[in-house]
Amino acid sequence: MAMAALRREGRRFAAPLISPQPIRSSLIAEEQAPLGVRSISTQVVRNRMKSVKNIQKITKAMKMVAASKLRAIQTRAENSRGLWQPFTALLGDAPSVDVKKNVIVTISSDKGLCGGINSTSVKISKAMHKLTAGPEKETKYVILGEKAKAQLIRDSKKDIELSITELQKNPLNYTQVSVLADDILKNVEYDALRIIFNKFHSVVSFLPTMSTVLSPEVVEREAESGGKLGDLDSYEIEGGETKGEILQNLAEFQFSCVLFNAVLENACSEQGARMSAMDSSSRNAGEMLDRLTLTYNRTRQASITTELIEIISGASALEG
Amino acid sequence: MIYLSFNKIIIIIIIILCKIFYSIRRRNRQKRVENNIQHPLSPADAPPLPISESADADAAAASSTTITTMFRQASRLLARSINQQPKMMARAFSTDVPATPTVDSTFVESWKKVIPNMEPPKTPLTFMQPRPSTPSTIPSKLTVNFVLPYASELSSKEVDMVIVPATTGQMGVLPGHVPTIAELKPGVLSVHEGNDVTKYFLSSGFAFIHANSVADIIAIEAVPIDQIDQSLVQKGLAEFTQKLSTATTDLEKAEAQIGVDVHSALNSALTG
Repeated sequence: MAMAALRREGRRFAAPLISPQPIRSSLIAEEQAPLGVRSISTQVVRNRMKSVKNIQKITKAMKMVAASKLRAIQTRAENSRGLWQPFTALLGDAPSVDVKKNVIVTISSDKGLCGGINSTSVKISKAMHKLTAGPEKETKYVILGEKAKAQLIRDSKKDIELSITELQKNPLNYTQVSVLADDILKNVEYDALRIIFNKFHSVVSFLPTMSTVLSPEVVEREAESGGKLGDLDSYEIEGGETKGEILQNLAEFQFSCVLFNAVLENACSEQGARMSAMDSSSRNAGEMLDRLTLTYNRTRQASITTELIEIISGASALEG
Repeated sequence: MIYLSFNKIIIIIIIILCKIFYSIRRRNRQKRVENNIQHPLSPADAPPLPISESADADAAAASSTTITTMFRQASRLLARSINQQPKMMARAFSTDVPATPTVDSTFVESWKKVIPNMEPPKTPLTFMQPRPSTPSTIPSKLTVNFVLPYASELSSKEVDMVIVPATTGQMGVLPGHVPTIAELKPGVLSVHEGNDVTKYFLSSGFAFIHANSVADIIAIEAVPIDQIDQSLVQKGLAEFTQKLSTATTDLEKAEAQIGVDVHSALNSALTG
């Protein structure tokens, strides 16, 4: 019995003797000790805590950057809201117009980490594609922004007519958007242009919106058939030789104005979405850090207790 | 004769005008900096003074380079001049949703038939402020909405008369005017209210006059006449007339022609 106990004691003594300076090491630092030491390591948890803290700092900084960018661009977006209202007042809004050639202009962001706004735009674009599909009809995409391109190129590669990226390299202004609109109108045949973007309602809510711009021929057709555009004929035309020429200019002007407003609103929504995404990310990181701290403390205390037990039982074995 | 799309013409006009207007805005900013030292600070006020010297040199160089670099310079100049207007007003929670949103029911129905699981996107009709209906008698005042891409200069302002620079000449608009769609050329817009007359020089755009005596004027650039520099106008006019005579391609001729038109309009605005 005593021999067995001694053998047990011997084993317990042997273990600490093998590792270099075991007692001191367990008191100084809970390093990942070589084989045979029974102290539980807290290194893994500590590494995780360090990285989670860094993530929290980074996302907090990103949130502040997004908030300051949002402030700058929100005033501009709100000022540009008066731009599309006269066109809707004159021509009305006909999203359910039935035409042969639809072009869907999807506006998205270039950078990620902005929540779900890009996926929403892409989902709606695909749904519009389905809605406007039919015999003898064709629907094409024009994509502004890297994120929508990445998502749409996977299954609708042949339908993408034009894609434009790096829109926000220089601060957005009307001239740039006008050049873009001109490019699109020159290269794409359309009967109706549908612009899909996220309208900035407030810092936490973004409404997916679709604006429709009709080509001059479709406008004439709708005006003749009556309905919302019916009283377009009652308008006198000043300037230009023919009504058709004025309607052509009007359609181009309408497209560039509506596109300008849409691009600004989408940029606003992007910053707002990024702000809330980064905010929830830093909050989650904080919670994770709390849980990891508890685990860390428990692990540390457990390893100290284990060492103490070993020392005390070894000492008591020596005495008694 | 080369065909230039409407947007292209507007772009050329903006580039020509922005050189003049940028120096005007710079002068205004300097005045503002001197006067409002305690103004809630837009930190951008300090940088423009050193930058504007190089921007002017840029603007001068821009006229002799190709179109694309002109566009880039213009967009940078415009962006800088726009971003430095301090707007310190309290922002509403949501600025433009009217009380009773109207929805296009046919669209919503056709959407729900094909895609039942997703909410249909909103359309501009939902966000439109409703317009007054056509009254039976001619109202006494004209309601004017004058919008630019960067601001709404006048929104629902009641005035007596406006004179717009249509392509067919100056057109006066009184309450009860026939509904009209007018294409505008670069010229002077004058707003008459009682005895005050406010004059703006507009780049081109469109003007819609509706049957309910509401006039919508949409332009890209507008500057009050008293802020235009006469000497810059004369210099520009001489420069573009010279360019017109030395132009070789159709595109260059068209651009130079537009420049001459814009500057002569500016000239007559200042003198007339």
